[in-house]
Amino acid sequence: MPKIKLPTKSPRIDMTPMVDTFAVVLTFLMLTTTMRQPEPATVDTPFSISEKPTPDFNMMTFLLSVDGKVFMNFDNGPDTLLKYRPKILVEMGKRYGIEFTEAEQREFEKFPSSMGVPIEKMKEFLSTKDNNTRKSFQVGIPIDSADNQLAMWILYARQVNPNIQACIKGDSKTGFETVEKVLDILQDKNVNRFNLITSLEGVKINLEEIQR
Amino acid sequence: MAEIIQEEKGKGGKRKTKKHPPHIDMTPMVDLMCLLITFFMLTTAFSKAKIMEIILPEKLQDKNQDAPKISASRTLNIILGPDNKLFWYPGNVKEEEFKNLPPLFETDYSADGIRKLLLERNRTLARRIADFKDQVISGKINITQDSVQGAISELKKVDDTGPIVLIKAYKKANYGNFVDILDEMNICGIARYTFMKIAWYEDEMVEKASGIAASPATSTN
Repeated sequence: MPKIKLPTKSPRIDMTPMVDTFAVVLTFLMLTTTMRQPEPATVDTPFSISEKPTPDFNMMTFLLSVDGKVFMNFDNGPDTLLKYRPKILVEMGKRYGIEFTEAEQREFEKFPSSMGVPIEKMKEFLSTKDNNTRKSFQVGIPIDSADNQLAMWILYARQVNPNIQACIKGDSKTGFETVEKVLDILQDKNVNRFNLITSLEGVKINLEEIQR
Repeated sequence: MAEIIQEEKGKGGKRKTKKHPPHIDMTPMVDLMCLLITFFMLTTAFSKAKIMEIILPEKLQDKNQDAPKISASRTLNIILGPDNKLFWYPGNVKEEEFKNLPPLFETDYSADGIRKLLLERNRTLARRIADFKDQVISGKINITQDSVQGAISELKKVDDTGPIVLIKAYKKANYGNFVDILDEMNICGIARYTFMKIAWYEDEMVEKASGIAASPATSTN
């Protein structure tokens, strides 16, 4: 009787389904991703129950760090062709008698995170490529009444982009003096509507609590 | 003979290759994808930050212009104190009381603290909003999800019994307190609230209540 030969299976595992699932996950992640931008100061935003998502454009964000520094960020507008960022920079330069070259404007346009550089140091800041050196320039925008550059930034941001909205992003431990100063400057410039950036927290209130 | 054997061998080989199609080794591809997935997962900010809106009253352009009058019986002053303390007092402080300031009530940010107080004062409106939400959920009122917020703000607009909350912050308060109290306003459905600059007598009241020596900046005011 001839022996029945069992087909010897190779120990190789078929990776194709695994590749398929990975491809799906990868595509999903690539499409949904919004890159987390490194901020000049880390802030832990306070919690709230608000469910309104942050808009993608027409925002100027004020980052208030724990040690009372103020950073500012604004976007290029709904269409990157509008190039709001370099326009605002040029206006700022005009105000302070600094002329920015094309290359510097482009550098400023691309700079992804909040900046807290006094305008006098802006040229040096934009010409450095090294991230660590750049960080040393980020000392916060001057907000005292003698040299209120933040007010100027707000003024020109609103001139260049009339639809811009003010967002405040602060650490929960940021002292209120800084917050109040920034609110004050904003109100001086006729901005009365603010968005406070918070993280979502689940809070439940039930009817018994109300009836009590 | 030898030739035939060779032919047979060749035929057999061909058949073998037909049986087992060329196998591509996917392992490096899997490795690469793993790496990319890890990278994207780490850099993705999944939950977008939320925003909370607040509208502050316009600054008075004319110095001689008086602030709008509001009824003292409905006014509730909340003062954010230092060290996460929270104070409140009803009504307003009249000029003749400056020498002998009314005491502050201390409370906290918990559900039993300020929320209880606010809900008690805002009972009618809070009940109305809760009823409305119940009816929407149980399907008694047929309304689109988008117009729910609008209907609630309409309820808030017509309300005339709830408190008018004035939020003030002592200079040593922090930003987290500010967001917490605004959040509390949203939770309790307070129709009318605003944020104000703290008055000098309120500064003194906070200092007295929390046992801080009066700072020179406030005494000169």
